[in-house]
Amino acid sequence: MKVPDDLKYTENDEWIRVEGDEGVIGITDFAQDQLSDIVFVEVLEDVGASLDQGAACAAVESVKAAADVYLPVAGEIVATNQELPNQPELINSDPYGQAWILRIRLTDASQLDNLLDAAAYQQSIEARNH
Amino acid sequence: MTFIPHTDLDRQHMLAAIGVSRLDDLFEAVPAALRFPQLDLPAGISEMEVMNELQALAEDTTNAHQFTSFLGAGAYDHFIPAVVDHVLQRSEFYTAYTPYQPEVSQGTLQAIFEFQSHICNLTGMEVANASVYDGATALAEAVNMALNHHRGRRDRVVLAPTVHPHYRDTVQTYLRGTDVEVVGPQGFAAGLPSLIDHIDDQTALVAVQYPDFLGHINDYGPVAEAARASGALFCVVVNPIALGLLEPPSAFGADVVVGEGQPLGIPLSFGGPYLGLFATRQAYVRKMPGRLVGETTDDRGQRGYVLTLTPREQHIRREKATSNICTNQGLMALAAGVYLTVMGRQGLRRVAELCYHKAHYAAEQIGALPSYALWNQRPFFHEFVIETPLPVEHISRQLLASRIIGGYDLSQWQPELANHMLVAVTERNTREDIDRFVEALAEVGNA
Amino acid sequence: MLEPLIYDRSSPGRTGFSLPVLDVPPADLPGGRVRRDLPLPEVSELEAMRHFVRLSQFNHSIDTGFYPLGSCTMKYNPKVNEQAARLPGFAYAHPLQPVETVQGALELMHTVQQWLMEIGGFAAVSLQPAAGAHGELTGILMIRAYHRSRGDKQRTKILIPDSAHGTNPATSSMSGMQVIELPSDDRGNVDLEALRQVCDDTVAGLMLTNPNTLGLFEEHVQQVIGLVHDCGGLVYGDGANMNALLGIVRPGDLGIDVLHYNLHKTFSTPHGGGGPGSGAVGASAALAPFLPAPIVAMRDGQYLLVEPDQTIGRVKAFHGHFGMAVRAFAYLRMHGAEGLRAIADHAVLNANYLRVQLRQHYHVPYDRICMHEFVAEGHWEAAPDIRALDISKRLMDFGFHPPTNYFPLIVHEALMIEPTETESLETLDAFAAAMLQIAQEALDDPELLKTAPHETPFGRLDEVQAAKQLVLCCRPAELEPVTAQSG
Repeated sequence: MKVPDDLKYTENDEWIRVEGDEGVIGITDFAQDQLSDIVFVEVLEDVGASLDQGAACAAVESVKAAADVYLPVAGEIVATNQELPNQPELINSDPYGQAWILRIRLTDASQLDNLLDAAAYQQSIEARNH
Repeated sequence: MTFIPHTDLDRQHMLAAIGVSRLDDLFEAVPAALRFPQLDLPAGISEMEVMNELQALAEDTTNAHQFTSFLGAGAYDHFIPAVVDHVLQRSEFYTAYTPYQPEVSQGTLQAIFEFQSHICNLTGMEVANASVYDGATALAEAVNMALNHHRGRRDRVVLAPTVHPHYRDTVQTYLRGTDVEVVGPQGFAAGLPSLIDHIDDQTALVAVQYPDFLGHINDYGPVAEAARASGALFCVVVNPIALGLLEPPSAFGADVVVGEGQPLGIPLSFGGPYLGLFATRQAYVRKMPGRLVGETTDDRGQRGYVLTLTPREQHIRREKATSNICTNQGLMALAAGVYLTVMGRQGLRRVAELCYHKAHYAAEQIGALPSYALWNQRPFFHEFVIETPLPVEHISRQLLASRIIGGYDLSQWQPELANHMLVAVTERNTREDIDRFVEALAEVGNA
Repeated sequence: MLEPLIYDRSSPGRTGFSLPVLDVPPADLPGGRVRRDLPLPEVSELEAMRHFVRLSQFNHSIDTGFYPLGSCTMKYNPKVNEQAARLPGFAYAHPLQPVETVQGALELMHTVQQWLMEIGGFAAVSLQPAAGAHGELTGILMIRAYHRSRGDKQRTKILIPDSAHGTNPATSSMSGMQVIELPSDDRGNVDLEALRQVCDDTVAGLMLTNPNTLGLFEEHVQQVIGLVHDCGGLVYGDGANMNALLGIVRPGDLGIDVLHYNLHKTFSTPHGGGGPGSGAVGASAALAPFLPAPIVAMRDGQYLLVEPDQTIGRVKAFHGHFGMAVRAFAYLRMHGAEGLRAIADHAVLNANYLRVQLRQHYHVPYDRICMHEFVAEGHWEAAPDIRALDISKRLMDFGFHPPTNYFPLIVHEALMIEPTETESLETLDAFAAAMLQIAQEALDDPELLKTAPHETPFGRLDEVQAAKQLVLCCRPAELEPVTAQSG
């Protein structure tokens, strides 16, 4: 299970890569493994929308499950991944790279402190896998 | 009489294997004080005796194959080709379960795929589901879908007053757990402009009926336009037989089409089981309730079918599912599929025309009677309203004496419509039937 | 061998219908409203019949072979039911006919209401809901209405065990209630301590399936119900598993306030490939006034349709699935109290017999006397690649329909097995033998399982492709416009 060191994570299996005052968001390798073959991705809000931490921002569907993606920190959406709707399977093959879901401008960087680092997220995965 | 095959020897062998001495021992976990109640039910009888009892009850029920019927109002007496029931009685269809294991359910799955296709082709919509319970719950599910589509940010639904009263009532019941309001003109005579006045940016869905409850064919173009302009979904409730003749709702901007499929090869059965039709645009496919069958291939390269987009449904989404529907009306969808297959492109058109022409003949003849009047001059399909000289209840009783089931008493719907009868005519009513009906009406009117 | 889509069998101009000629003068068609095309099949009656007969032959069904789908109660569907439902008086009566003309049908409905009341221990029954989930919606709306009628608007929570069928939480959401999930304890019962902690005056009710989806009778059922009642909540009973309770105990006597019956499970009406069902609802005296309208009553020797005093309203058009009520009537009339008791006895006998046969080769997590069904794990440490799915696909090669897969969620690789009372000892032994062989194959020849089924007309179907390509209907090629015909 890949858990890159340079990212921050949530208990709901989202990751965020901070780039200056912006953040790129997606779902983790563990999440895509649990869902298995992903067939559909829908971003629920438009570019320009301002959302709170924990707001539902996207929905991901596989053949056997559906999962909601929540914003790890509050922000304004500056871009959504246009490739993803046509190639949802990218989430399975490249969850941290080509399968980024949203890019936001952070409205409260201090919220990042509440997120999990790679080690903590690794522990979270192991606890759930018992 | 039971259907249990076990002999005493079987029971002994099985109890020993399990490790208990008596059948009663299997129920130790049940609270002793409440265990094994004496149920006050008549003792079981043989198959022959049951059929005799049921025969007596059935004979004590007047029906449309015994009398000639002009009663519609949402359920219609149509001709059902013999083929339909023969297919429904195939064991492999009616004693099968929901096709969760597609490798051994391709019969059901392909039949549903074809049904979905027929409904899309009939309504002009892009996707149709495998059915919901009936026309009324189909409308309630459309409301649900619209509320979901708007993410709970819109809290009003506009329903035309000439949507079937049972359907309006069902929507109200389904909305009980929400803060959503149903608005719209209350009077049945209210025109479309007053309906349009109620549409605003808080409206999640606007619904009209086509033909409407009183049989009229209305021009809903302006309503569709108003819905589109305010971002509300435009829903049309249809009679599928009428769609054999009339342009489909896709031609005037429908987003969702729902309706009652009972006229498609399903007998009246005193109210059910019937068939809820639900079709919509591709854009809303993930918000659709109910089961969907999709095409695919198997590991041998054969084309096959599976239930798809199942994550929308209750067994996966659970409390986040758009709808809780599980068992639907599978066998009724099969009936409709067989009916539409044997009727086909020409037959459905022919049925619709027969209904249309016979209804117009009946209307003309009744309208010519001195003590009756046609209530409304708007175009209609196969139902129309007549003003009667006496209460409809009284007229109906007289008609029964002539072995005729009269039309619906509209005073049951709106008290102001006392002495108004909703008359339905189908291809099952011969010219002789209609002439007899007109004569009987004349007699009651003159008495 | 495939059967083409009916549209691919069509030929322009071919017909399969028979209708009378028009016997009245034709009227003018509504100008500008007539459709130009009607893209439906064009086949002969023979082609239609062959098509559907061939399709039917691709299906497994109860009449073909064993169908141990847990929670579905795939018992034999008596043929007399079908004959009864087709009696003309029943098949061709219109629901809106004057009540004097339909006394026979109303008497049948009233009788079924009475019998279900007696079997369930309830004060009143409505036959209106169309299916189990519809009955659930009805019951939760009734509970909500009851509390609001007493001014208890703050009661917005519905407690649901984690083993519950997905319809339970979905129904609660649809009713505007908040779902609180209750864990199961290590014996598979509702965790009493967890329940105690959440019971307060914000609880509207508990949805309880008993026996639960593990096939186990709740060992503290009266305590569970008592705790909810003590805090002012009501208990909804999901009656899907009633096959184990007929003549054994009445849910109403246990304290259940409202319950749905599945006529298409317990009472033998056929499953139809996905319905129609019928989800009649029984209610206690306190909840009876809230039942959906109309129900059938008897006054002065006449049957009529009445509206309960505080009804939640209609949950569908007309009266309900009368056709299924006819079938249930026939079934109940033939069985009587003794027959119903025998059903429960033998359903439970069969399930326990299979359990002790299978537990030697499959892990049964809650291995004690079960009710009408039990759950086994479709997984072995010694065969890590094999899952419940693979076992199920291989079972088809033996002529059996697989058990329910992956439900309840609280058992890993769950296989929920419900034989029902209409299966013989020989069938159960044959099934057990097949399951034993599969357990052996999992070790000796796992590839055989991973690539199963082999003996069926179709192999494993690609669900990923279906979801991605989303081909949900087919449209025939552009047709010539259909012109009006006048007889």
